[in-house]
Amino acid sequence: MRLVVDLTKCQGYAQCAFLAPDVFTIQGDEALTYDPVPDEAQRRRIRRAAAACPVQAIRIDQPDRSEGARHPDGTPGTAAPIEGNGGSFKRSGRIVIVGASLSGLRAAERLREEGFTGSLTIIGEETHEPYDRPPLSKQVLAGSVPSEDTTLPRRREIDADWRLGVAATGLDLAAKQVQLADGGRIGFDKLLIATGVRARSWPNAAEAALAGVLTLRTREDAATLRQLLARRPRRVLVIGAGFIGCEVASVCRELGLPVTVAEAGPAPLGAALGGVIGAIAGELQIENGVDLRCGVRVVSLDGDATGQLCRAHLSDGTTLDVDVAVAALGTVRNGEWLAGSGLASGKWGVACDAGCRAFDVNGLVTDDVFVAGDVSRAPQPMFGYQFLAVEHWGNAISQAEVAAHNMLSSETGRWPHLAVPKFWSVQFGTEIKSVGVPSAADEVAVVQGSVARRRFLAVYGYKGRIVAAVAFNQNKWLEFYEPLIEQAASFPPSFHHVDEPADAQPVPARFQPAANPTQDATVVVTGHYPNERRARLTDRRLP
Amino acid sequence: MTEPSTWEQILDYSNRANPYPLYDELRRRPVTRLADGSYLVSSYAEIAALLHDPRVSSDIGRNPAAAAAGASVGDDGDGQGMTPTFLSMDPPDHDKFRRITMRHFGPPATPGRVAGMEARMTEIVTDLIDKMAGPSRIDIVDDLAYPLPVTVICELLGVPPGDEQRFRVWVDVALQSTDPGLDPETQQKKRAEAGRELRAFMEELVEAHRQAPGTDLISAMATDDGPEGRMPDGQLVSTGLLLLIAGHETTVNLISNGALTLLRHPAELQRLRDDPDLAIPMVEELLRYEPPVHFVPFRTALDDIDIAGTTIPAGASLTLVLAAGNRDPAHVTDPGLFIPDRPNNQHLGFGGGVHLCFGAPLARLEAQIALTAFASRLKNPRLVTDPPPYRPSPFLRGPSHLLIDIDGITS
Ligand SMILES: Cc1cc2nc3c(=O)[nH]c(=O)nc-3n(C[C@H](O)[C@H](O)[C@H](O)COP(=O)(O)OP(=O)(O)OC[C@H]3O[C@@H](n4cnc5c(N)ncnc54)[C@H](O)[C@@H]3O)c2cc1C
Ligand code: SF4
Repeated sequence: MRLVVDLTKCQGYAQCAFLAPDVFTIQGDEALTYDPVPDEAQRRRIRRAAAACPVQAIRIDQPDRSEGARHPDGTPGTAAPIEGNGGSFKRSGRIVIVGASLSGLRAAERLREEGFTGSLTIIGEETHEPYDRPPLSKQVLAGSVPSEDTTLPRRREIDADWRLGVAATGLDLAAKQVQLADGGRIGFDKLLIATGVRARSWPNAAEAALAGVLTLRTREDAATLRQLLARRPRRVLVIGAGFIGCEVASVCRELGLPVTVAEAGPAPLGAALGGVIGAIAGELQIENGVDLRCGVRVVSLDGDATGQLCRAHLSDGTTLDVDVAVAALGTVRNGEWLAGSGLASGKWGVACDAGCRAFDVNGLVTDDVFVAGDVSRAPQPMFGYQFLAVEHWGNAISQAEVAAHNMLSSETGRWPHLAVPKFWSVQFGTEIKSVGVPSAADEVAVVQGSVARRRFLAVYGYKGRIVAAVAFNQNKWLEFYEPLIEQAASFPPSFHHVDEPADAQPVPARFQPAANPTQDATVVVTGHYPNERRARLTDRRLP
Repeated sequence: MTEPSTWEQILDYSNRANPYPLYDELRRRPVTRLADGSYLVSSYAEIAALLHDPRVSSDIGRNPAAAAAGASVGDDGDGQGMTPTFLSMDPPDHDKFRRITMRHFGPPATPGRVAGMEARMTEIVTDLIDKMAGPSRIDIVDDLAYPLPVTVICELLGVPPGDEQRFRVWVDVALQSTDPGLDPETQQKKRAEAGRELRAFMEELVEAHRQAPGTDLISAMATDDGPEGRMPDGQLVSTGLLLLIAGHETTVNLISNGALTLLRHPAELQRLRDDPDLAIPMVEELLRYEPPVHFVPFRTALDDIDIAGTTIPAGASLTLVLAAGNRDPAHVTDPGLFIPDRPNNQHLGFGGGVHLCFGAPLARLEAQIALTAFASRLKNPRLVTDPPPYRPSPFLRGPSHLLIDIDGITS
């Protein structure tokens, strides 16, 4: 059987670990890991666990799940006129989803849940059915879950035409067709773009091709890295200390492997949590035996005669003998296939409104093209309508649900996507969890618990209002801060509460200043008269 | 004479059999101020928020109402000389002592303990039901709902069989004394007496287990030095008593309320007979529909708290009326219906936040096993009196006896 836990909801109550201890495991105080494909013999215990979860975070697949039959290759269709009446679209419309992963699957399920009975096509570049990525850098690397056991459970039958192993290569908005890598074209009435992001690879192509140098995004990446770790390399080098890099380092230590983390910034997780809280994550690494080197870049990688990685040169002049290097350098958004389509898509992702409707390059909202998940960039009314790209699991699901709902709704029935962003990460037995957008902050204050005990809660503020909260093993209190963020409560919080630390004074959060904004300007406007004026995407950097 | 307030009526024994209409009335105002300056919270969202609100303290020493009542309800019934347990502490002490206790009971250090007791629980239930052979009149409380959890908790803690007769009397006294309907002086006196006896009993037990440790929880706590050190003796005695008492009193009510509810819903009883796994979601529904713990008293606001249009002032005592929140129509559809397989059932049966019931997994498993056997093995069970007589406490609510006639048992 298959299961998945919504760890954005989980508060670490451990009811599941009590009732099905062979499936659910608590590390440290409250960090939950689990076997996503447990033995069928555990079903009763798992049902007990799922029923007992106080926040109902555990999803089990439906036992009678039957896979939608694969249709023969569809003939290229043209856009069917949608009758003004949403009812007929719901019955017989054609929806195409590009991207067969977390948000693609969730949107498909939601469409059927809301009564869409028309044709549904799901196009995915990977050959796999939708699978879950968070375990890849956790249980899969640690060896407790095989990479192929990460297929997402189905909440219901979706009866879709799955086109797996074929990439979408273009979008013809006028004809309402998606072009495929195999030359095919698929017509749609409404389209959902859910192509996510990919890992940014090591920039030197020759070095990136060395055996032992890899990134971590897909199931295959995880399987390869797992194999390399199981061979017990002399030392692993992690390049970049974002979430993926920190989790890889954590698993290496769990396996007793020597690991060096090289981070150009002053602290791990600096971009996500800022220098102050990042420094605490850094202490956690050092306590657990990671050779953490901040303010240091990896300059080059050497291979031996067989093309196997053997050495790394760092900007501080040192060299390291390493057999494995994981480039954890962030991501690139999978939007290239939309080039020339007229959508506002570029390296920042695909821009959409708060209802997940894509913008075209002129800033006009489209009617029938929707975007969800990591590839999207949407305005956050809570944060001054800034366009934010949120690359987290929970966001992929909630946007997918909003997009699916809005696809089937008339103008007045649409929902805005106003969910407060959330993420979790498990490192060195510590559950790190956040609500809000820490990187929007200028100040931070530890308001509950104790940094020395590694159990604390920090609140982030921007210009006197609360914008985020981050908990290290303080999961159960986090829920309290969510409405404070939604309601723009004042920062620093001034109320009395339990477990007040001795010094709760705010300090600068120490985020690295944003890159020069003009660097990213990739749109130019042309034309003189109103009917001529058009925005145009360009690769040219403005002077 | 003024009309008794809704809350006074809820506390009144004559409404014990069905307090739910009164809870509906109470919930019309999510937050109510009582004449003594304390506050009641009765709607789901507000209770759930306060359970996660760091401005709400569980420290019994800070609570004005507890001070006025001269003691602590939640603990053990004794205010005098008894060290508070983690139940009535705040973080970080709460977290630390709960972790030290959890070390021997559940994850992360002892993950398989509760699940590993399933076979033994089934054996106990089988024995208890075997004893009901022949057409007879049985008392679900005395014959099943009480002996199961008591045997389980005694075996878990290492209390010798037979000692249960001794502490039962004191526990009854201590629990009756938590009845807010009694005058504080009587409450305090009764509690002090029972508390002294219970304490002596547990001190003896801890000492005996330290001399000759077994595989039980008290032995482990008395001898093991974990990373956070050993629990001080006074704390160990109160924690042992808390686990002993809270470890069965609530489960008794869960099982007997469950049996009563099933007898009132014969179609659901039949469904459970046909599908024993229905007990899994059904126990959650029972925790919502007929929770064993009706309210959490003696929480304290550490600051002014604005909630549902009311400001609860700093220093005020709070009571969270879980049983009212569980039937809040703003949170549950058809809250008054018993729907054993209700989807996405999030209830307040075990509280929430850092104080979520420590023994919840044990209670769940015991109730599931007991109710499955109740449905499948008793032939033609019929309620003798409906409603049955209730125990006095409005706070730990359940029948004192539940008589039923059966035509025999199936093997
Ligand atoms: C190792 C790892 C660990 C993570 N851990 C956490 C965590 O602990 N907490 C957390 O909140 N988040 C975590 N995340 C992030 C989370 O997994 C993502 O936010 C989520 O997967 C986003 O879902 P998505 O559907 O938008 O995109 P993706 O999952 O990236 O799916 C996009 C899919 O589209 C396909 N595709 C791309 N281009 C095309 C094309 N042109 N045609 C057809 N198909 C295409 C891709 O192959 C891919 O399968 C983790 C991610 C990784 C990689
Ligand atoms: S919140 Fe639910 S999923 Fe998370 S640990 Fe508790 S029971 Fe398990």
